[in-house]
Amino acid sequence: MKYKDYYAILGVARDASAEDIKTAYRRLARKFHPDVSKEKNAEEKFKEMAEAYEALKDTEKRAAYDQLGRHDAGQEFRPGPDWGQQFGPGNASFDDIDLSDLFAGLSARRSRQADAGRRSERPVAGSDYEAAVRLTFEQAYTGTEVDLELSVLEWDPDGGVRRVPHRVKARIPRGVTNGEKLRVPGRGGRGARGGPDGDLYLDIEVTPHPLYRVAERDLYLDLPLAPWEAVLGTSVQLPTPGGPVTLKVPAGTRAGQQLRLSGRGIARGNGTAGNLYAIVRIEVPTTIDDAERESYRQLAENATFNPRAALEREASR
Amino acid sequence: MNAQTHEAQRLDDVAEITWMQLVGASGLSEGDLRELVHYGALVPRDPAAPTWTFETRWLVVARTASRLRHDFDLDSHGVSVVLSFVERIDTLEAELCRLRAQLG
Repeated sequence: MKYKDYYAILGVARDASAEDIKTAYRRLARKFHPDVSKEKNAEEKFKEMAEAYEALKDTEKRAAYDQLGRHDAGQEFRPGPDWGQQFGPGNASFDDIDLSDLFAGLSARRSRQADAGRRSERPVAGSDYEAAVRLTFEQAYTGTEVDLELSVLEWDPDGGVRRVPHRVKARIPRGVTNGEKLRVPGRGGRGARGGPDGDLYLDIEVTPHPLYRVAERDLYLDLPLAPWEAVLGTSVQLPTPGGPVTLKVPAGTRAGQQLRLSGRGIARGNGTAGNLYAIVRIEVPTTIDDAERESYRQLAENATFNPRAALEREASR
Repeated sequence: MNAQTHEAQRLDDVAEITWMQLVGASGLSEGDLRELVHYGALVPRDPAAPTWTFETRWLVVARTASRLRHDFDLDSHGVSVVLSFVERIDTLEAELCRLRAQLG
């Protein structure tokens, strides 16, 4: 397994006091906790520092960590046989696990020993698992099925810890949006002694669509119009996720105006749907031929419209 | 053999969970959750009902509360204050997302 320098992660010396370790963790947690931080890679950094703090705040775990010796961060190492005898199950293989698994196993063994000491028969609920699910816009819009292969920790009856695959097929309902959380009940870790199984939580990530911009259940897309289409009005074929529709653009449409297509946004299972808004962009041709130039010249001569009337009034005061 | 397909449930304002289901799934003790309800950080469908039920979206809030309590070593009042900031951030981010969608 790869060595992680927990002291370096928290930015403290190896002989730091428990109070120094707590202060260092709190300072970093304030900056990187994913619920309150928008720092880049906050979640990844927080996981690393939380793992370091979990190990170093506990006297026994810190002693176990120190006994692993000093290595360079990222260097491959194996705990010696003495370490296994003292802190792990004697026959631990340490294959396919990482340092955080090693300490999770230590916590679990301690908890089991405490239960055994109390002759406790209390039910233990299974752990909840969490997985990120990345969907395309289309998959999120229509709903889809995902086949997840998680790698989860499992404890042997003798207290050893190992990683095992955990496969879950889940049906994602239509209309999920980026950042939404879903729950698959009972698909987390197994409960013990009659305790309930844990749940699986899915963190939905929806990749951006090249055309539609999403805000909750509403969709926005740009509708480019030629100047004469905006002035005279027109009908345009517009793509929507549910299929193309004809949109009537009224005469005198202005740039930036939002034309609403009711119920053409993201639909949910309960029948409610957001709207699709076509945002008018008035495009002008960058190259025109002589005949077109002549038409524009005639228009300029005959037009009474002055878009800067208010500015000119203000300037002439 | 093909694995069975399980329904992923939306956590929203439509589906409902009982008080005991919220306790079981939140990772918090019943006492801590009751304090969060008392501080207004979690809102039952009918606070006057003899047994509380919640919209499932409150499960996301309760699990965030559990994380905050554990990771920052906060008491329930501290958690409720941070939750109010998290909610404000979520609201502002949703507004920002909508404005960006409108601007293109």
